[in-house]
Amino acid sequence: MLQVEKLVKNFDGFQAVADANLQVDQGQIAAVIGPNGAGKSTLFNLITGHLTASSGQITFKGQPITNLPPHQICRLGVSRSFQLINIFNRLTVFENIQAAVLAERGKSGMMFGFAAKMVVEETRQIIKQFGLTRFADTVCSNLSYGDQKVLEIAISFACRPELLLLDEPTAGMSPEETQKIVELVKTLSREHGVTILITEHDVDLVFDLAQKIMVLHQGRTLAQGLPEEIRQNKQVQEAYLGELNHARA
Amino acid sequence: MMSSIFESISLQKRKWSGFSRIILIAIWAVFLLPPFVLSPYANYLLTGIFITALFASSLNYVLGYGGLLQFHHAVPFGVGAYAAAIILTKTELPFLLAILAGPVIAAAISFLIGWFCVRLRGLYFGMLTLALGQLVWAIIYRWNALTGGDDGIHAVPVPEFLGSPTVMYYVSFLGFTVCLLILLILIKSPFGLILKASRDNPVRAEGIGVNVRRHQLIAYVTAGFFAGIAGVLFVLLERSVTPSMLYWNKSAEVLIMCLIGGIGTFLGPTLGAAILVILSMVIGVYTEYWLLVLGLILLTLVLFLPQGILGLAIELFRKFTRPNQATKGGEN
Repeated sequence: MLQVEKLVKNFDGFQAVADANLQVDQGQIAAVIGPNGAGKSTLFNLITGHLTASSGQITFKGQPITNLPPHQICRLGVSRSFQLINIFNRLTVFENIQAAVLAERGKSGMMFGFAAKMVVEETRQIIKQFGLTRFADTVCSNLSYGDQKVLEIAISFACRPELLLLDEPTAGMSPEETQKIVELVKTLSREHGVTILITEHDVDLVFDLAQKIMVLHQGRTLAQGLPEEIRQNKQVQEAYLGELNHARA
Repeated sequence: MMSSIFESISLQKRKWSGFSRIILIAIWAVFLLPPFVLSPYANYLLTGIFITALFASSLNYVLGYGGLLQFHHAVPFGVGAYAAAIILTKTELPFLLAILAGPVIAAAISFLIGWFCVRLRGLYFGMLTLALGQLVWAIIYRWNALTGGDDGIHAVPVPEFLGSPTVMYYVSFLGFTVCLLILLILIKSPFGLILKASRDNPVRAEGIGVNVRRHQLIAYVTAGFFAGIAGVLFVLLERSVTPSMLYWNKSAEVLIMCLIGGIGTFLGPTLGAAILVILSMVIGVYTEYWLLVLGLILLTLVLFLPQGILGLAIELFRKFTRPNQATKGGEN
């Protein structure tokens, strides 16, 4: 479904992504792991068009999407959540989701007609699914950090993506909140058939969740494959997992 | 239990919104009377206030709801006025065409300026509107043959029936009413919701598939169109135009009107326009340093009333009626 080939991104002489390769198949939960500064977020920003690639190619469902503007990539069915919370602060939770649903339906240009009465059921459904019903009418800058993070994912999901990118969805969250997110991700994959690509710093969580893992190290793809293969991979152990085990011991 | 609480709140909300609607209509109806009860001067003043209020509300649309720092909104206002005045004085074209040309040309110039500006964000956007706007001012100031240069255009011929202060009052008041209703519809539409979303977070808005630049450009042009209508109404009332109409301090004035009333509250700019127009009249009697007073007003606002008068009123109202709901949304 998603194919990344030989992707490179230079920032003023610094190569954030040097040679990234990734293949994600339909219906998978795939994960990109790697130490801080490995280029995970940069890779995501390249896929969703928030950064332009220096070279390499990204294709989605066989169609090249390299360097398209973000809104076009979204309209093709790739949606994302952000590592730092990115929501519509002064709108209510309901309006946050509703805006995404309206945009997905191609109604964002409608200048007449009462928005408050549109796509209400769909919006409620999504809010309920993410357990935010209690906060539906709350201005979302008043939500707790954890709930904002959930809302962030809910907005991405409201775009009805075929491929959903989650950038560090559990960063800064309590163990309970993290568990909630994990369940949510599994549900989205199982019940809605959404293909999911995730970055995570919590390695245990990734091995529990992902069906495919890609290891990014200093901007290069070190390995990609099934979780077991990655665990056994010598190079990966040396470069990354070994360090972790070492740190734990 | 939980759901019944929600129901009672929404029921109260509905009752209140029905009640507030009746009050608003009653206040509106009162403004149908002035030509019969007020002095000619007060009537004239009020006519001007409604025109200015429309001007300020159009700025509020792009600034309060669109989040775009439009620093030079006097440009579409002035261009609309000049367009109508030039067509009326220099051509034989019908009156109605001149009236329509004003807002259309104002929208066109907004498109030209906006096309460059939406590429930038925040303060850079604002500085570019200011720079390009002053360019338009300079052209109008210098192009003697067409615009009358420094002198402007005077004794613009308008149809006789508009000479009656009563008729002119209703033209301005009804023009104001219709335009504000349209603006309200635009704000409540899906376009308006997405506009507010792009104001809050343009990156996120792109992330849900919105072409933010195009969206903002459309809003910018729309605001220019309504400022153009205000400009035309101004010509009908004053029958003259001068380059000072689109000098930057005019833009500052209308910005301050929005600040006084409350940016992002729908009727705040109207309140701000009324306050500022009346103040400038009253203070103008005593001193010629109106701008100094304006500066002091601005200082007070920024320090003590950043949300504006109507913004504060709404906040207080919420606090008193629903103390535990103070954080809930409403007008934004």
